[in-house]
Amino acid sequence: MKRLIAAFALSAVLLAAPSFAGDKTVRVYNWSDYIDESILSEFEAETGIKVVYDVFDSNEILETKLLAGSTGYDVVVPSAEFLARQIEAGVFQKLDKGKLPNLENAWNVIEERVAVYDPDNAYSVNYMWGTTGIGYNVEKIKEIMPDAPVNSWELIFNPDILAKFSECGVQILDAPAEVIPAALNYLGLDPDTKNPEDIEKAGELLDKIRPHVQKFHSSEYINALANGDICLAVGWSGDVLQARDRAAEADNGVTISYVIPQEGAQMWFDQMAIPADAPNAEAAHAFIDFILRPEIAARASNYVYYANGNEASKPLLNEDVIGDTAIYPDEETTGNLFTKMPYPPRVQRVVTRTWTRVKSGT
Amino acid sequence: MKDLGDTSPPLLRVERQRWVIPARLAVTAIPYLWLLVFFLAPFFIVFKISLSEVAIAIPPYRPVFDLSEGLDVLWEKARALSFGNYVWLTEDDLYWKSYLSSLRIAAISTLIALLIGYPLAYAMARAPAAMRPILLALVILPFWTSFLIRVYAWIGILKREGLLNATLLNFGVISEPLTILNTDIAVIIGIVYSYLPFMVLPLYANLERMDHRLIEAARDLGCTRVKAFWLVTAPLSLPGIVAGSFLVFIPAVGEFVIPDLLGGSETLMIGRTLWSEFFANRDWPVASAVAIVLLAVLILPIVFFQRHQQRADEAGR
Repeated sequence: MKRLIAAFALSAVLLAAPSFAGDKTVRVYNWSDYIDESILSEFEAETGIKVVYDVFDSNEILETKLLAGSTGYDVVVPSAEFLARQIEAGVFQKLDKGKLPNLENAWNVIEERVAVYDPDNAYSVNYMWGTTGIGYNVEKIKEIMPDAPVNSWELIFNPDILAKFSECGVQILDAPAEVIPAALNYLGLDPDTKNPEDIEKAGELLDKIRPHVQKFHSSEYINALANGDICLAVGWSGDVLQARDRAAEADNGVTISYVIPQEGAQMWFDQMAIPADAPNAEAAHAFIDFILRPEIAARASNYVYYANGNEASKPLLNEDVIGDTAIYPDEETTGNLFTKMPYPPRVQRVVTRTWTRVKSGT
Repeated sequence: MKDLGDTSPPLLRVERQRWVIPARLAVTAIPYLWLLVFFLAPFFIVFKISLSEVAIAIPPYRPVFDLSEGLDVLWEKARALSFGNYVWLTEDDLYWKSYLSSLRIAAISTLIALLIGYPLAYAMARAPAAMRPILLALVILPFWTSFLIRVYAWIGILKREGLLNATLLNFGVISEPLTILNTDIAVIIGIVYSYLPFMVLPLYANLERMDHRLIEAARDLGCTRVKAFWLVTAPLSLPGIVAGSFLVFIPAVGEFVIPDLLGGSETLMIGRTLWSEFFANRDWPVASAVAIVLLAVLILPIVFFQRHQQRADEAGR
C-alpha cells in the first residue's frame, strides 16, 4: 500500500511540473518500482531532456489508456503479450533503428522470443523480463511442513497441501493471464490454450484452492512477504526478490526465497515502445537508446532484480543478479519456461468471467 | 407637454422589450444547455457505444461514426448497431447480482448515514447562532483533504493490526483482532464516512430554517419533547431527509474507489464489474451497456424524488 501511495504522490509531483517544457521533455509510463531513479536524473543531466515519469501497476490500465488514444506519453512499457494486440490495433509507431545505435547490445535470445509477439522486433525493445513463480517464507514453511514440495506447483495447486498454509497466509497475483496458465500447466494442459473448456478446468482447480487464499493482489505481497505476514505468494520473480531484500534489510528473521517450479513457469517480457501519437518521438528514441547502454541496463537490473534483454550488460551485473538462477535461469529451467499469446476477445471474456467467479464466488 | 412626454417612452419601451425577451430566454436556456452538454450528449455517446461491437483498434469498438462520411455510410453503420450487449447482460447472473449487491450496500449505508447525520444536523441547527458557521465549516473540512487519502486512512484504521483493533484489544473489548478490512462492512463504513456530509448539509439547511415556534406551540398543547419531535420536526424535515438520502444513495450505488480499496474479493459492486468489463475485457460496448442500465436503475429513484418534491411544494403553497 505504501508503494501505491508513493506512486500516487510521485505522479502527482511529476504531473505538477510545468507542461510548457516544450520539445525538451520525454514522458515515460512504466511499471511501479521498476527503475533506479538515478538513471532518470543522469539522462536529464546528459541530454538536457526533462523526464516526466509516471507509473502503473497493471497492463490493463496501460492498455485502456493506449486504446483510448492521445495518452501524451512518448515511451510506454507493456508486457509483450499485450503489446502484440496493441500493435494490431495500431497503437505504436515503428522504431527508427537508425536512432538506436545501442541496439547492437541487445540479447538475441530474448529478441527471438519476443519476435513471436513483435515480428522483427520492429516496434519494441526489451526493458526487463522475468518469470511468474512462487515466493515463500523459508522458516515458516519448514516449520509447518518439513517435507513441503517447495520446488513444485503442488505447493499452491494441491488443496490438501495449500490448506496447511492457509492460516499463515497465501496471496496470489490478481492477474488471470498469468495464474490461469500456471494452473493449466500444472494440470498438464497447454498453458496457452484458447479452449474455453480447458480454461474452465483451470477455474475449477482455482475454486478448490480459493478458500485458502487470503487475497488476490498484484503488489501487496511484496511487503506482506517481507514482514512475515504471509507464508506463500504466487508472484513475479523480481518483486519476490525485492521482498527478500527488504526482509534482509529489516533483519526481522524472515527469509524469503523465490522458486521457478520444476513443472515450468510463465516467462514474460516488458517491452519499451513508442505510441504512434507520441509528442516527442525524437526524445523517446534517445531515452530508449540510453537504457540500451550496457552500464545503464546493468544498473537497472542490479536495482530491481529483474533480468534485462541486454547481452552486453551481463559482465557488469552484480553477482547476486547474474549468478542467481531465479533471475537468470540455467538452461534446463529455461527449457521449462513457457510463453503465452494474447486471448481473442471472446476467450478473454471467458477468462475474466472465470477469474471473477474464482475471486468472488459468483 | 403631453405630446413631448409621450413620444419618447414608447420608443424606450420597445427597446426594452426587445432586450427583455431574449435575456429571459437565455437565462432559462442555461439549465437546458447544461442538461444537453453534460447529460444528454454524454448519455447518447455511451448509449451508442453500448450498441457497438468490440474491435482491436483505437477506439476498441466498431462502428465509429464520422459525420464527414455522408448519410449513406452513416445509415449503413447505424444498421449494424444492435442490442446484443443488453441481451448478454441478462444471460449472466453476475450483472444482476452486482446490481442487487450495490443497491443493498448503498441502502444500508444510506440508512446508517441518516441515523448518524440526523442527530448531527439537528444539534447543529439548535446550536447557538454564533457557533453554526464553525460547525458547518467542520462538516465541510474533510473535503479539504483528498478523498483518496481519506479512504487510504481507513485501511490503516481497519486492518488486522490497525488502530481500531489495537484500541479494542488494549481495552479488553475483544481478545482476537476483528477482520473488518476487505469485507462488505469496511465498504459500508467507508461509504458512510465519505458521504456523511452530503446527508448532514441538506438536513441542516432544512432544520435550521424550521420555525421553532411550532415546537413551542406543540409543547404548549401538551406534547412531550419526543412526541413534538415526531409530530412536528420529523414530518417537516422530510424534504431534507429525502434530499440527503438521495445524495448519499445515488453515488454510493455506483461507487468504485471505496469497494476497490476497502472491499474484499467477494465484495460485488456494479462499479467493480463495470471496471473489469472496461479494463480486463477491454469490452467498451458491454461496459457502456452496464452503465446505461445502472443509469436506468438510478433514474427511477430520482424521478420519485422529483415527484415527491413537487408534491411537497404544492402542499406548501
